[in-house]
Amino acid sequence: MSRLRFWPRRDLVCREAVELVTEYLEGALSPAQRHRFDEHLARCPDCPEYLEQMRAVIALAASITLDDLTPYMRGQFISLYRRWRADEGPDR
Amino acid sequence: MPEDPDSELVTRLRAGDESAFVELAWKYQASMLSIARGYVPSGAVAEEVVQDAWVGVLRGIGRFEHRSSFRTWLFRILVNRAISAGVRERRSLPVEDIGPVVDASRFDPGGTWHWPPEPWSDQIDDKVVAAKIASRILVAIEDLPLQQREVVTLRDVQGLSSGEACAVLGISDANQRVLLHRGRSKLRQVISSEFGRDR
Repeated sequence: MSRLRFWPRRDLVCREAVELVTEYLEGALSPAQRHRFDEHLARCPDCPEYLEQMRAVIALAASITLDDLTPYMRGQFISLYRRWRADEGPDR
Repeated sequence: MPEDPDSELVTRLRAGDESAFVELAWKYQASMLSIARGYVPSGAVAEEVVQDAWVGVLRGIGRFEHRSSFRTWLFRILVNRAISAGVRERRSLPVEDIGPVVDASRFDPGGTWHWPPEPWSDQIDDKVVAAKIASRILVAIEDLPLQQREVVTLRDVQGLSSGEACAVLGISDANQRVLLHRGRSKLRQVISSEFGRDR
């Protein structure tokens, strides 16, 4: 038994897939959309690399490390804290 | 709600531990400056806004009730201060940036890659390559339009959930995703050209 469809199902094309990558990664696609996306990935020679590049970008952004805490910065933060504490801190 | 990653530091800060404040400030300062800069005319004003936000945190931490994560609360304070200090009006829609994220000329009329992305994703496993690219991505994030920079900084650099980012910025989940998508797509382009591949 085939399900009723309002329009004939068409395969996803690459131009559409690249616009859906974030929704795919965010889990925001409907099950049917996700299935179409997975089907496209399985037969497209290039979109899997595009998806991996987007994943790599996310991993790279997450890997950005903080500059070392310099004595100058530490001094700035401590003086801000101590000024606040002296002016209006919980001890007062 | 998932465990707040800052709960230990927050407990120490509430107990008056100065070093907990230094740790939190260090962890968030760069992202806060980056976001504040989008709202105000100069780096100097952005620094004032961030400092002002930290004073707000110190004043409010005693009453902070963990209804949200600390970082959601922190960035909300920051954005509110930045808006009141700023010249830029917040828009809820990413109107300044429309169109496809990959240039249409790279697809054939049927929508299939005509000029596909050249592979580089496997090279990221190389630590040396990754370190070089990571420094480039920081600059690329700074170059994103304000709203995309905010979302990418909160989501991908600081690791906030989509719900947390929406709460900070006061935008819908759908808008948040559009901004994230556009921002990440631009970063992919920058990194690709860094590898000397496509654009």
